[in-house]
Amino acid sequence: MIEPMLKVTGLVKSFGGLIATNDVNIDVAPDEVHAVIGPNGAGKTTFIAQIAGDLRPDTGTIQFAGSDITRLATPKRARLGLARSFQITSIFRDVTVEDNVAMAVQAHDGHSFRFWREARRDPQLRDPARAVLKQVGLDHRCDVVAGELAHGEQRQLELAMAIATGPAMLLLDEPMAGMGAEESARMVDLLRSLKGNVAILLVEHDMDAVFALADRITVLVRGRAIATGEPHEIRDDDEVRKAYLGEDD
Amino acid sequence: MTMNRRGVVMTLFLITVALLPIALVDQPFYIGLFSRAMILSIAAVSLNLLLGYGNMISFGHAVYIGIGAYTVGIFAYYEIYDGFIQWPVGLAISAVVALIFGAISLRTRGVYFIMITLALAQMLYFLGVSIDEYGADDGLVIDVRSEFAGLIDLEEGIAFYYVIFFFLLLTIFIVHRLTNSRFGVVVRGAKSNEVRLRALGFSVYQYKLTAFVIAGVICGLAGLLLGNFTNFVNPDMMHWTRSGELIFMVVLGGLGSLFGPVLGAFVFLLLEEILSDLTIHWQIIFGPFLIAVVLFMRGGIDSLLGKSTDD
Ligand SMILES: Nc1ncnc2c1ncn2[C@@H]1O[C@H](COP(=O)(O)OP(=O)(O)OP(=O)(O)O)[C@@H](O)[C@H]1O
Ligand SMILES: [Mg+2]
Repeated sequence: MIEPMLKVTGLVKSFGGLIATNDVNIDVAPDEVHAVIGPNGAGKTTFIAQIAGDLRPDTGTIQFAGSDITRLATPKRARLGLARSFQITSIFRDVTVEDNVAMAVQAHDGHSFRFWREARRDPQLRDPARAVLKQVGLDHRCDVVAGELAHGEQRQLELAMAIATGPAMLLLDEPMAGMGAEESARMVDLLRSLKGNVAILLVEHDMDAVFALADRITVLVRGRAIATGEPHEIRDDDEVRKAYLGEDD
Repeated sequence: MTMNRRGVVMTLFLITVALLPIALVDQPFYIGLFSRAMILSIAAVSLNLLLGYGNMISFGHAVYIGIGAYTVGIFAYYEIYDGFIQWPVGLAISAVVALIFGAISLRTRGVYFIMITLALAQMLYFLGVSIDEYGADDGLVIDVRSEFAGLIDLEEGIAFYYVIFFFLLLTIFIVHRLTNSRFGVVVRGAKSNEVRLRALGFSVYQYKLTAFVIAGVICGLAGLLLGNFTNFVNPDMMHWTRSGELIFMVVLGGLGSLFGPVLGAFVFLLLEEILSDLTIHWQIIFGPFLIAVVLFMRGGIDSLLGKSTDD
């Protein structure tokens, strides 16, 4: 078996009395889409935040691309190839779409202690940015101020920024949230086109999207991973049905 | 670069400032007033790098004016007048102090950041007050201005005026390049969305700290100029109210605009001059005016010049 891209072992995180992550183990292969599903408040975002580095776990380890990143700061993890999208869209609203993506490119083009040359005219940033925007189908919106994009487009932009960092792994927190059916379908197509080239940890409520994309699914309920398996196994798992899919038959 | 309204106004403004000594040959009062305004413009432009671009609300920026001025004053006290010694030392001390103050304060956020920058600056203020050797409250008289091996004579009001003008232009140019560089992109990004910036892979703290040091050094330069200009330095120059005035200049002129702080500094000083001529209670008019600007003129004077662009 190939080394997993991400390996999380015995992760625990509590907020006061609430155990938001309760001894979670997960691994994601370099070419895998691993979905994490669970009801509201199950601890999915908390889990992602620990992998990304925004929250420190109480115990447990996180290994990424063969090294232990449990204590590493967020920006360093990102530079190792861990890119994320946020549940609540997080972009630079006051600059253009292309500026946003160019910043993502810049983040992975060496240090930014470069004080003199004008960044907005640097083809080394602009060309890759435009290429990624074309890939996600936003190239006709390059010069629009990001804050003026429609909601669905902002989600696409955020994904474009994640892709532009050239990541080894994407952490996606409900990328389809708030999208219409057509936009969701386009997002699924886009993620499918990425599949195989980058490891993806996908948190999503849209079950059609999850079953269309995921190689494996982990079900999180009240901080605990109650099941992990291939989509058909999860669909047929009694405990999962009871706890989450809500089918009492 | 195409000329928009802002470009035209700023060009006219700079030409006016450049020609002033020729138009008002024997009006030392105005030459002095404009010299002062230019010096404070340099300080305001440097503060804007933090305030306007990086969203670092430093309430202790005047401390670097004090450092610059005290460097000149203390060297002069020991009868060392060589500017080639005084100035590099003044800039270096500004850099070191900014590095230390920045390293401490940038670990905090929001109101805490404001309070810590203020508290650190007040420490140096009280240091100045407590050192009797250097005049304590009264400060030091700078009887001889910095000397530059006969290349330029700062005792000559008009020559000094153009030295200040040169440094103002240089400061504006440097800040313009900085804010549009890759470094500037990161600093501005920190104002807009720091969480996203970190998630992309930028170690934001290092970039902010660097901006903090650069701003400190430029403001230290303003202090070197001001000490020379006023022939005098005292702790009051770095009192927190001075830092507050610098903030007002930046806000009045326009946060995050290249020229705004220059306009802010000029309007601030001219108004102060005019109002204090009218009445000794001029601050009763000045205060509400500043509050009105903050409340009703978002974007400051700069916003009157049309929609803001990056330059
Ligand atoms: N910073 C925090 N402090 C205290 N409690 C928190 C904090 N963050 C999350 N929680 C709690 O931890 C639990 C898990 O929250 P989390 O946001 O991870 O859930 P989620 O699975 O992402 O939910 P959703 O599907 O609604 O996005 C919730 O009960 C939440 O209230
Ligand atoms: Mg969530």
